[in-house]
Amino acid sequence: MSTVSATGPDETNAQRSNLRVGMFALGIAVAMLGLGYASVPLYRMFCQVTGLGGTTQRVDEAQAATVQAATGQTITVRFDANTDPGLPWEFRPERPKQKVTIGQRDMATFVARNDSDKPITGTATFNVTPTQAGVYFNKIQCFCFTQQTLKPGQEMRMPVLFYIDPEYLNDPDTKDVGAVTLSYTFYESADS
Amino acid sequence: MATTATPETLPAHEDAHDLHSHADHKPPFFQRWFMSTNHKDIGTLYLIFAIFAGVIGGAISGIMRAELAAPGIQYLGWWTTFLGGDGANFDETLHLWNVLISAHGLIMVFFMVMPAVIGGFGNWFVPIMIGAPDMAFPRMNNISFWLTFVAFCSLMISAFVPGGTGNGAGTGWTVYAPLSTSGSPGPSVDFAIFALHLAGASSIMGAINFITTIFNMRAPGMTLHKMPLFVWSVLVTAFLLLLALPVLAAAITMLLTDRNFGTTFFDPAGGGDPILYQHLFWFFGHPEVYIMILPGFGIISQIISTFSRKPVFGYLGMAYAMVAIGVVGFIVWAHHMYTVGLSVNEKMYFTAATMVIAVPTGIKIFSWIATMWGGSLEFKSPMWWALGFIFLFTVGGVTGVVLANGGIDDNLHDTYYVVAHFHYVLSLGAVTALFAGWWYWFPKMFGKMHSEFLSKLQFIVFFVGVNTLFFPMHFLGMQGMPRRYPDYATAYELWNWVATKGYEIMAVSIVIFFINVFYSLIAGKKAAPNYWGEGATTLEWTLSSPPPFHQFETLPVIDDKAGAH
Repeated sequence: MSTVSATGPDETNAQRSNLRVGMFALGIAVAMLGLGYASVPLYRMFCQVTGLGGTTQRVDEAQAATVQAATGQTITVRFDANTDPGLPWEFRPERPKQKVTIGQRDMATFVARNDSDKPITGTATFNVTPTQAGVYFNKIQCFCFTQQTLKPGQEMRMPVLFYIDPEYLNDPDTKDVGAVTLSYTFYESADS
Repeated sequence: MATTATPETLPAHEDAHDLHSHADHKPPFFQRWFMSTNHKDIGTLYLIFAIFAGVIGGAISGIMRAELAAPGIQYLGWWTTFLGGDGANFDETLHLWNVLISAHGLIMVFFMVMPAVIGGFGNWFVPIMIGAPDMAFPRMNNISFWLTFVAFCSLMISAFVPGGTGNGAGTGWTVYAPLSTSGSPGPSVDFAIFALHLAGASSIMGAINFITTIFNMRAPGMTLHKMPLFVWSVLVTAFLLLLALPVLAAAITMLLTDRNFGTTFFDPAGGGDPILYQHLFWFFGHPEVYIMILPGFGIISQIISTFSRKPVFGYLGMAYAMVAIGVVGFIVWAHHMYTVGLSVNEKMYFTAATMVIAVPTGIKIFSWIATMWGGSLEFKSPMWWALGFIFLFTVGGVTGVVLANGGIDDNLHDTYYVVAHFHYVLSLGAVTALFAGWWYWFPKMFGKMHSEFLSKLQFIVFFVGVNTLFFPMHFLGMQGMPRRYPDYATAYELWNWVATKGYEIMAVSIVIFFINVFYSLIAGKKAAPNYWGEGATTLEWTLSSPPPFHQFETLPVIDDKAGAH
């Protein structure tokens, strides 16, 4: 059922022009759809770069060696360990908190035990609160960088090697914060 | 209005009756209404659909208000049994509450307001107001409508299949993960998400259609800066749809794959982040609220201008205020998620950006008032509705400025204060604009005059009802009553009881609405082409009421000299 009766050269031109604008509009929609999916890696990148939402930073030995300890400036780091309800592991920090000197590397130890009767591979997610401290919390080594497999009943001590960037003391958002909580949650690996 | 077409330049005006015989050849019933490519018929279908969906969505809120009238659980068990569940199972009963709030939100947003303002009034009047014979892609227009219909069916099906704790999708209209992923096994949420996909596809096609029509099919002389403000509002809305809906489509597709195919976009176990879903949802969701209100702005501009017998004050400012609202609407989304752990700096940015929106919105409110200033005012029923809109929308806007503050929102987030706010701008603002447009154009669309008395009576009852219903929610929210629960502490009883009474009053106004509609269709006087008189200057008033089946076979020429510019 055609709504426009006349057909001639003008009509064809108009239709072509409509199609052009229509396709352009469709292009915008498709581009936004692509942007929706691209937001997944972009978001991850954004969090890692800015420490948004308490994302901690990962550094290598070479970088860590360049850092100077700020004398006498200490803060308390609290440790928090959780497991997903579906993961039959016991998971806790060896010490609930410790005082660390800003800029000096320090080590914390977490203990995990597999309470089930089959080997399970887990991965840990992490963040720090208050979230604005995330960008200054540098990890040199962490059990969360890789997957961990525990045999039935096996208990494992897992170290985290970290330091707080001295810039922490210059940021108005963090310099008055005397305690930072580092939290981990273990999940069963999707591919185990 | 900025555009005035003189009768001399408009053959359609003089020989409207000749046109009737020639252009009024209508196809048989089934072809006309089920295979329609006529923008006016599709607009009518959209309006009928929106009224139908609105009655269902409104009835659901009636169930909720009845339950909330007193503390404790009174009716939910009965409704659970009625809908085929186990009413004695307390979890299932409470799940039904989640299903009801989700269904109410989704139906009112996607199947009532959007089909009515964009599909209904947009389809009806955008082509006529720019002097076009029809939409650019009439067949795609038909697909858009029927997709909306199928989407609605999918949402209805979701209420009757398992959704985890009981039947139906109990995720809220926001469908947040992980409640919508690992928290809701069963096909119900899949059906609801599918409904959103279809409704989104329908709206994107509609948006492409409107953009092409407005850019390409304006009558000679109808420049962009002479278009009626309703057309401007639909143009801005179409761009918002085009930019926002695909992001929702991406987000809910990721939800579907997280649910069914083992991906972990929003699951921390696999390195995903549920907060990302909230960012994506509100990147769509905030423009969405402007999608619902902008066409209402356009309708109100036409009405105020008509009944003030003046062109709108500051036409260009009005048009570009809508563009500004649309643009800024895309960079304020995180004010919906102040409590997810945003840093102080982020909150400061989103607070400031959100408050900026009050500027173009203020321009619109003050320009409407300035239009009336010194105008030859006539208080016909659409004008009553339009004035009610300005008042109600301003109340909702003011509470919006309060909620825009990240610090205050920490306290008010997810309380009834928020419910009061968004119902003032949508349920009262957008719906009042809908009724304003309905009674402004009803005789034009259906050719029969309505009862001015009943329309004004409906306005008074509606106005009293909705204010009694929603104003006490401000108090409840400030006292800390949380949203989304069927039960509450007895301290909240009084204002909840008042709100339920308000609902009952509002329901009476809807009965008056239907009486007026049926009275007009059956016994209404035949409507003249321009029944509002000389204040009504846009092109639809140059045509008969109802307009011929095909209008503007000879394109009207817009005469610049006669324009009120």
